[in-house]
Formats: sequence, structure tokens, C-alpha cells
Amino acid sequence: MTGTALLVATAFLASAVEMVEALTIVLAVGLTRGWRTALIGMATAGAALAIVILALGPSLVRWVPLRGLQIVVGTLLLIFGLQWLRKAILRSSGLKAIHDEAAIFAREIEQLAADAAYGAGSMDWNGFVVSFKGVFLEGLEVAFIVLTFGANAGRFGPSIAGAVAAVVLVAGVGLLVHRPLSRVPENTIKFTVGVALTTFGTFWGGEGVGVDWRLGDVTLLLLAGFYAAAAFGLVAWLKATSASRSMATTEGSAA
Amino acid sequence: MKWISTFGRFWYDFVVGDSVVLAIGGCAVIVIGALLVWAGANAFTQIALPVIVVATLAASLRWPR
Repeated sequence: MTGTALLVATAFLASAVEMVEALTIVLAVGLTRGWRTALIGMATAGAALAIVILALGPSLVRWVPLRGLQIVVGTLLLIFGLQWLRKAILRSSGLKAIHDEAAIFAREIEQLAADAAYGAGSMDWNGFVVSFKGVFLEGLEVAFIVLTFGANAGRFGPSIAGAVAAVVLVAGVGLLVHRPLSRVPENTIKFTVGVALTTFGTFWGGEGVGVDWRLGDVTLLLLAGFYAAAAFGLVAWLKATSASRSMATTEGSAA
Repeated sequence: MKWISTFGRFWYDFVVGDSVVLAIGGCAVIVIGALLVWAGANAFTQIALPVIVVATLAASLRWPR
């Protein structure tokens, strides 16, 4: 039960973050190059992602031994989780700029508007490629999470349900507001997903190499709590060290 | 030839991303876990793995690349 709830929540949050970024690109293409191009690019990318999941999903479960799968998937999830967590920590401590969807949206609009005009009625390949790449690349990480979670859990239902719910929610809100979703607390979500992916990566990677987690699924909660506490500690540490560094610089220049 | 380098760069960006420390550290965590289990230290491994993971994360914040 604990594991299933965490699977659904992690797939939902990871998908939501990536889909918000994809939506920004699709909206920029739609507003500058036309909605037909943007939507065809988005639909093609969605179909390509579905093919990747359908082609790889069953064969992963059928052909790859569970132990091997747990080691490879655990290691990759651990690396991805730590990458998400690292970015979120740097942003929370002020050492990296917060991901600004509004600024990205403005930049995309400027670039697309500056590109050469295309004939009316013909397919705008430039806009198509931007829309396709945006959705496909952002979606690939989600596809990877859905696949690996499903393969490890032995059932794809929970992770697919979480991802589909996020896609429907973000697409629905995007249709309603027609603007990038800049109010989504992206860094908080990234922080949470980073903790969750790192937790599952440690758990499955450990199981793959033979660790017998004595507390079973409860270990997931303990690991998540430990990683969250450590991440908050690292944010505080970075804030303290950057503050003392800037104080030393100020004192040095005053002297 | 160009598509091979593009393909390789895509996977490098996908797996390594912003920090090579995390890519190496993530692999090292699993290898250390395997060695500890092989040495018969299962209980210790359950404590050691999360601690090494956090140490890797802290190291990646200290060394940007």
C-alpha cells in the first residue's frame, strides 16, 4: 500500500513538472507559428512516447531478469533523483536561478517569431520540430520513470495512472489559461520528486545487489524522511556558507 | 558519423546531466552496496547506503562539475 501510493504520487509529480515545461514550449509555438503546427508536433511526440513505452515495457519485464533490472534501474533512478535534488537544493539556497516559465516562454516566443515566415496553408516544419522536441524530450524522462517503476513493481498500472493524471491536469489547465503555468511551485515539486526517486533508487538498487531491507516497504518512508532532512540540512549549509563568504568579501573590500 | 555523436551526446546529457560527480557516485553507491552484502554486512549496508548517497549529494554541491 505504502509502495503503491508512493509510486502513483512520484509518477504524478514527475510528470507534472515535465509537462509544465513541455506546455510552455507548445504554447509558444501555438501563439507564434499557429496551433495546427503546435498540436501536430505535440500529438506526434505523444505517439512516439507511447510507442517507446509499449515497445519497451512488456519486453523489459519479460526478458530482463528482475535482479539485473533492479540494479540498472536502481542506479539510474538514484542518479536522476540526485540530479533533481541537487538542482532543487541549489535553487532553494539561492545559488541557482529559480526555473522561470514566464521567462522561458518569452524567449521561445522571441526566437520563433524571429525565424523565417512560412507560406500560409503549408506545414511549418520549424514550429513542428520545436513542438515535437519539447514534448518528446520532456516526456522521455517521464516515460523512463513510468517504465522503470512499472517494471520493478511488476505492474504498470500505478505509474501510468499517476502520469496520465498529471498530463490530463496540466493539459486541461493549459487549455483554460493559454499561458505558461508560472505559478506552479516547480522547485518544491522537484525537491519532492528528487527525494522520491533517490529513495526508490536506493531501495531497488540495494535489493538488486542483495540487500534484505528488514522493514520492507516501511524502509521507503524512512529513506524518504532521511533524504528530505539531509536535503534541508544541505540547503541551510549552503545558505550559511554563501552568507559567510559574501560577508568576508564585504569586509575584505572595506579593509 | 554525426548521428552517432548526437546519439552519444543525448545519452551523456540524459544520464550524466549537470554533474559527473552524481553519475560516478550513483554507480559507486550500488557497487559499495554489492561489496558490503558480499562481505556479509547486510545490516550495516542498510545504514551505510543512505549515508553514502547523502555524502555523494553533498560532494556534488561542493564540486559543480
